[in-house]
Amino acid sequence: MSNADAPLGLIAELTHRCPLQCPYCSNPLELARSAAELPTEEWLRVFEEAAALGVLQLHLTGGEPTARRDIVALVRRASELRLYTNLITSGVLIDQAMLDALAGAGLEHIQLSFQDLDPANADRIGGYAGGHAKKLELAERVTRAGLALTANFVVHRQNLGRVPEMIRLAEALGAGRVEIAHVQYYGWGLVNRPALLPTRAQLDEATAAVDAARESFKGRLAIDYVVPDYYATRPKACMGGWGRRMLNIAPTGKVMPCHAAEILPGFTFPSVREASLSDIWYHSDAFTRFRGTDWMPEPCQSCDRREIDWGGCRCQAFALTGDASRTDPACALAPDHQVMLEAVRESEAAPADLVYRRIGAGTGLAKPPGSGAASQSAMPQEADGVGP
Amino acid sequence: MTLDEASVPRFGAGVRFQHDRVRDAWVVLAPERLFLPDAQAIEILKCVDGRTSLGGIIDQLAARFDAPRAVLAADVGAMLQDLADKGAIRI
Repeated sequence: MSNADAPLGLIAELTHRCPLQCPYCSNPLELARSAAELPTEEWLRVFEEAAALGVLQLHLTGGEPTARRDIVALVRRASELRLYTNLITSGVLIDQAMLDALAGAGLEHIQLSFQDLDPANADRIGGYAGGHAKKLELAERVTRAGLALTANFVVHRQNLGRVPEMIRLAEALGAGRVEIAHVQYYGWGLVNRPALLPTRAQLDEATAAVDAARESFKGRLAIDYVVPDYYATRPKACMGGWGRRMLNIAPTGKVMPCHAAEILPGFTFPSVREASLSDIWYHSDAFTRFRGTDWMPEPCQSCDRREIDWGGCRCQAFALTGDASRTDPACALAPDHQVMLEAVRESEAAPADLVYRRIGAGTGLAKPPGSGAASQSAMPQEADGVGP
Repeated sequence: MTLDEASVPRFGAGVRFQHDRVRDAWVVLAPERLFLPDAQAIEILKCVDGRTSLGGIIDQLAARFDAPRAVLAADVGAMLQDLADKGAIRI
């Protein structure tokens, strides 16, 4: 299908290396080693291809993107190409010299992840002692440097009661935007779902707090809210639709419609080492297979919301039903919707033990080292029309 | 934040209004946001320079498009207020 529009955003996962070990990390269970990462000159070429293809916003993420020694050079080139450059970071590796260099290179925006409001619990969830204090200090330095700041709070059963205070902290830190992002249950998050999934009552309380804050902070603080699918009646428009707005490139150069797609069987995700970004976007099987509405089964095919939610999330359909082409079980009309209800029941009685994200730790319970994690952001970009 | 004619609107930190050569279209780029202004909004946003007040912007547009000031004032005010509510415009 070559009638797609040009992509709006590129998510560049520069590395899977990260000093934190968040048990809901969006990276795959099988993490890429540093030797397999694309070198600087290949990323620079990819950014040039992306700009020529029509990408407007570049999201530099990981792992921890500042674990790359070439992070400043990558930002500088992106900025020269007029890409809007967003750094999605845990913040713990950014000293004043690096911050100054990033700002000087043209970085526009920093999205800084927080694991909680309570420092001890934040450091426990992130698996990184002293991390929370470093983040607070960095946030103030970011706004002092004149960069736009988003505070990203990843929320779940073990911290969800503190949403109002999280939003107040974001404003106090000078953030223009705050993201209250429920864990998305893929990969590491799915492994830890029994310990993290909130109850319906917890979710409703948090949602009410966000709604109230949106009204009282209007014009001062933009508040985005990412909900968990497990209590939904209709699915989210994952990534704004498969292959409609976003490209995601893994550290090794594999190009996918979203960061979780690597788990899908029966796909060969092309690499930037083998094909042009344009060819991959417009012509590859990986991007065209679930693009648009032709692939949809019932009840999606005849649903009047098919071009609103685009059939929901293919990775969730696969993770929960074993078949990526089925209707997202988050939809109450889906034949598999009961798996969501069963997961809720299972988590109600589950202990709070966490499996920490680290290379080779995909199974079994691991204890946090020293006390020590990632950012959770499922926000596809909006393309809002503006007019009087 | 409510705009009045003395307010001086400016783009917020991390907000860029630029022409995209690939699409031949004007866009507003902001943190995790992207706005596609229509033809009228584009002319208004071109006047936002962080120095000119809302009243001054309305005067400029009224002169340039030979339009009744009162009608323009309502449209311009509403458009910029909408972007201010979304955090893209600050005063």
